[in-house]
Amino acid sequence: MPIEVFFAIEVAINGLMAGVMYALVALGFVLIFKASGIFNFAQGVMALFAALTLVGLQTGQIPFAHLINAIFGTRMHHFGWDLPTIVAIIGTMAVMVLLAFLVERLVLKHLVNQEPIILFMATIGLAYLLEGLGDVMWGAEVKQLDVGLPQGASVWIGDTTYALFGYDFFIDKLALWAAGIAAVLVIGLTLFSQYTRQGRALRAVADDHQAALSVGISLRAIWVLTWSIAGFVALVAGIMWGASSGVQFSLSLIALKALPVLILGGFTSIPGAIVGGLIIGVGEKLFDFFFQPIVGGATENWFAYMLALVFLLFRPQGLFGEKIIERV
Amino acid sequence: MKTTHFAAALAVGMTAAAPALAELHFPSLSYRTGPFAPGGIPFADGYSDYLTLINERDGGIGGVRIRQSECETAYNTERGVECYQGLRGEDPLVLQPLSTGITYQLIPRTMQDQIPMHTMGYGRTSAVNGEVFNWTFNYPANYWDGASVIINYLLEENDGSLDDKKIALLYHNSAFGREPIPTLTRLSEREGFELLTIGVDSPGQQQSSQWLQIRRERPDYVIMWGWGVMNSTAIQEAANIRFPMENFIGVWWSGSEQDVIPVGAGAHGYKALAMHGTGRDYPVYDDLQTYVVDRGLAAGTGGELGTVNYSRGMYAAMLAVEAAKVAQEIHGVGQITPAMMRDGMANLVITEELMESLGLPGFGPAFEVDCTNHGGTGAAMIQQWDANAREWNLITDWILPDRELIMEMVMEDSLAYAAENDITPTCLDRSGG
Amino acid sequence: MIYREAGDYKLTYGADAQTFPIKGDRWAYWLALAFAAAVVPLFLTDYLAFALLVPFLIYVIAALGLNLLLGYCGQLSLGTGGFMAVGAYAAFKLMTAFPGLNIVFVIILAGLVTAAVGVLFGLPSLRIKGFYLAVATLAAQFFLVWLFTRAPWFFNYSPTGMITAPTRTLFGVPITGPSASGVSVYLFCLGFVVVLAWLARNLTRGSLGRSWMAIRDMDIAAEIIGVNPLRAKLSAFAISSFYVGIAGALLFTVALGAAEASEAFGIDKSFLVLFMVIIGGLGSILGAFIGAAFLIIGPVLLKLLLVNNLGWPTDLAAHVEVMIIGTLILVFLIAEPHGLTALWRTLKEKLRLWPFPY
Repeated sequence: MPIEVFFAIEVAINGLMAGVMYALVALGFVLIFKASGIFNFAQGVMALFAALTLVGLQTGQIPFAHLINAIFGTRMHHFGWDLPTIVAIIGTMAVMVLLAFLVERLVLKHLVNQEPIILFMATIGLAYLLEGLGDVMWGAEVKQLDVGLPQGASVWIGDTTYALFGYDFFIDKLALWAAGIAAVLVIGLTLFSQYTRQGRALRAVADDHQAALSVGISLRAIWVLTWSIAGFVALVAGIMWGASSGVQFSLSLIALKALPVLILGGFTSIPGAIVGGLIIGVGEKLFDFFFQPIVGGATENWFAYMLALVFLLFRPQGLFGEKIIERV
Repeated sequence: MKTTHFAAALAVGMTAAAPALAELHFPSLSYRTGPFAPGGIPFADGYSDYLTLINERDGGIGGVRIRQSECETAYNTERGVECYQGLRGEDPLVLQPLSTGITYQLIPRTMQDQIPMHTMGYGRTSAVNGEVFNWTFNYPANYWDGASVIINYLLEENDGSLDDKKIALLYHNSAFGREPIPTLTRLSEREGFELLTIGVDSPGQQQSSQWLQIRRERPDYVIMWGWGVMNSTAIQEAANIRFPMENFIGVWWSGSEQDVIPVGAGAHGYKALAMHGTGRDYPVYDDLQTYVVDRGLAAGTGGELGTVNYSRGMYAAMLAVEAAKVAQEIHGVGQITPAMMRDGMANLVITEELMESLGLPGFGPAFEVDCTNHGGTGAAMIQQWDANAREWNLITDWILPDRELIMEMVMEDSLAYAAENDITPTCLDRSGG
Repeated sequence: MIYREAGDYKLTYGADAQTFPIKGDRWAYWLALAFAAAVVPLFLTDYLAFALLVPFLIYVIAALGLNLLLGYCGQLSLGTGGFMAVGAYAAFKLMTAFPGLNIVFVIILAGLVTAAVGVLFGLPSLRIKGFYLAVATLAAQFFLVWLFTRAPWFFNYSPTGMITAPTRTLFGVPITGPSASGVSVYLFCLGFVVVLAWLARNLTRGSLGRSWMAIRDMDIAAEIIGVNPLRAKLSAFAISSFYVGIAGALLFTVALGAAEASEAFGIDKSFLVLFMVIIGGLGSILGAFIGAAFLIIGPVLLKLLLVNNLGWPTDLAAHVEVMIIGTLILVFLIAEPHGLTALWRTLKEKLRLWPFPY
């Protein structure tokens, strides 16, 4: 086979891996949209906040140290301990659950039955709030996130493919891990929503708020549950993205990579988020590969949206979205 | 209707910030928030700590105390305008906008308002021509110098010839990142290497396709013009594709601790330009520790002393203080004005002895500023990251750029600017007083 | 008692259909306008002008434009930043290609160019709706910014890709460039705002505005009663983009002076203008003013308070500022989900009955 074909295959495989990373972020959006019809603008910031909290707990940072120092003139920074990763993850999860609880209690409770655009706006406010809170709590400097995930080119794959095809394929180990974790996450979420009581309640709420209420499902408990799960997904996305480029403000911008995925896959479908992510990932990498010499690269940012746009012209509700039936 | 409230609130804001007399006002346009905060924080801390040291140790410059003020730009041009408008009435002695975008915006305004601006290692390169850009200084080195220094270093590595070599430039797709392209294009024609330019859109967390391209094209060297999260991501990706790190060279904005530490051991051997020394092995740090950190006056945590961006902020402050001293000497007064400060900057002479007496032997190059050259010598060193010891090591002495070529390009660009804006290139006379 | 409509009889259809049917409103409007045009310039410093009022006025225009599209026609657009970039680059090309062209025409022509681009990217709206439409406009946002950083023709082949506005004058007074004074720039922008707000107000009251609202409320029903969705949607995109383009051209020429597409007109601009429209109130001209004031003037005032008066470190102040804006958005939402204009409307209702609430 000519070497160009190998290049293209390699690009496509790496596109798949990138797609998994996009899908991880998109999953959080889908979960909340399904359960409450809210387009959660704060999902990216939640990922940042979760990752910041994780690093902060891991390295024993004192939360709000900066604020306390500014007000009381003290100079505190660290507790002086290092928590084991697993404890820090559990701690972070507790914080995310608390956050979900507070969001429900302080915001959503007051906005039941409002139009989607208003709920969307509430999440904008939440995004601002969390962004500031994360910085005030943990500081804005770049942090290294190390949860023990391997990184770098997989030598085994390189060697094996070299022996088989005479070309050593490059695959990032972290990306492989991300793919595995995403698969576990999706299977877990599917099992949860199909076979547990809470999962069924969750789907009932997603179908029809009022009907669910009338059969005795607590809407508020379900919302707390959904936001907690979304917080967990945000944590996973934050870990995977943070591990590759450090934890800092830019992490919150990954939400932008998830938008075309969401739109392509449909807002309401978990498989849609995964398939959408894969299509976008492969599509943008291959486009960049073939057209880079002509148009000069860095096309990734807009190509994903253009691709989603073309798909939408044929299926206005996304690939797996529910069919929109319009009546007068 | 609403305006009155705002005016009232503003009036309160303005009166509280009114400048007192007999002070030298050194503002700092910093960015401690936003995507580039990790680089902006240590720079701002270094700048502030050195000025605090001058106040604490020497009682100010020539007996006149320094007043510092800080304005947050978040690397955003609109915020930059706001900061500038707030500052310009308060006699700022020198502005250091710390962003190429804000620099471009302020060049015409500072000319109009007669406030000197110092863009150290960034900004508009053709400001080297002081006859056109009377109020803008960019000593000791600029981007075009940097690009040329890297090529000169590579020439040295390759016994004077880069024929048939392939060099890739990985750049931040912004005004900052595109700066070196003209220089590198000219150098590639002259030296016979093939130049490959690869853009990364801001912020640059996603570079897998760029690095697959690099893997495919197999360039001999990769030069990086990056800032913020783009740096660590690029170094990570380079480590992932097992690109030889010693052939990967970043500009001085891509060579600080936070760019390499997140990558861990993979970053070992990565090189970057250094426009000044790093590390805590300079006597000035003892003074900083005693007079600033131990007294609880440090702007940051005190733990970042000696890091690259901190050193750069400190260096910028040091050059500003020295220029102020020159200005005081020229005009024979302690309380200098921005116009006098410009004279000081335009006549600044940095010698090795001076650096030594300041507790920074060999930290920066010796250079002289005059009207036709606002850019110093352009010399820079190469530093290499040691991931085991977690420190930068300087591996070369000062390397000079090809100033002839750069001055040629500077003249082209600056004269074009002068023609566009009806400026007659001329040396500015010293201000009165 | 202060604010009432009793005794305010309308004798003609014209009087009944006027923009401000209540006398008090009319007075307030003319007073505000007179104040803005005659009193404000008297005490306007360059800081007040360049840091607060000029950006405020420019964003009012952008918010008006987006409000026409989103608030009146119901089409969600996240391409505002990209369209502002079109306006800015069109203004730059016009200024450099025709140095003799009056700055007012430059700005208007830039708006027209943007309108044409807006129609092009509005075409998918005929098939895609709601949040899904946002993708079409996001494609515009990213593609346009990419184009302006990649194609050197747009920035006249300058090595860095920065565009710089040359000095232009109006009646002999410099409006752009470093020598422009705060007062002249402020009045220049105020002129545009007044004309455009007046235009927007009347557009939305006319048949075009009604067809937009019909589409917004239910497009299938609108189609059945004879509203042409093609004409309504595309005209909304065109006019909205015209406004946004003018805002972009003004932002570049008079407020910033130098700009670069990816930094000055990034996706955050799109969100910023969207937030203004939503926070101010959808489908309201006044909302554009309130939203812009909240998000442009608010943070600067907070900064002045926290940094200059209370002496907080700038970074902490910036973080707290973001938190306060976020909290305020949430608090306002919970108090009044339909934006700040709705609060204002409720207040007006109360005032109308005061002091006899029943």
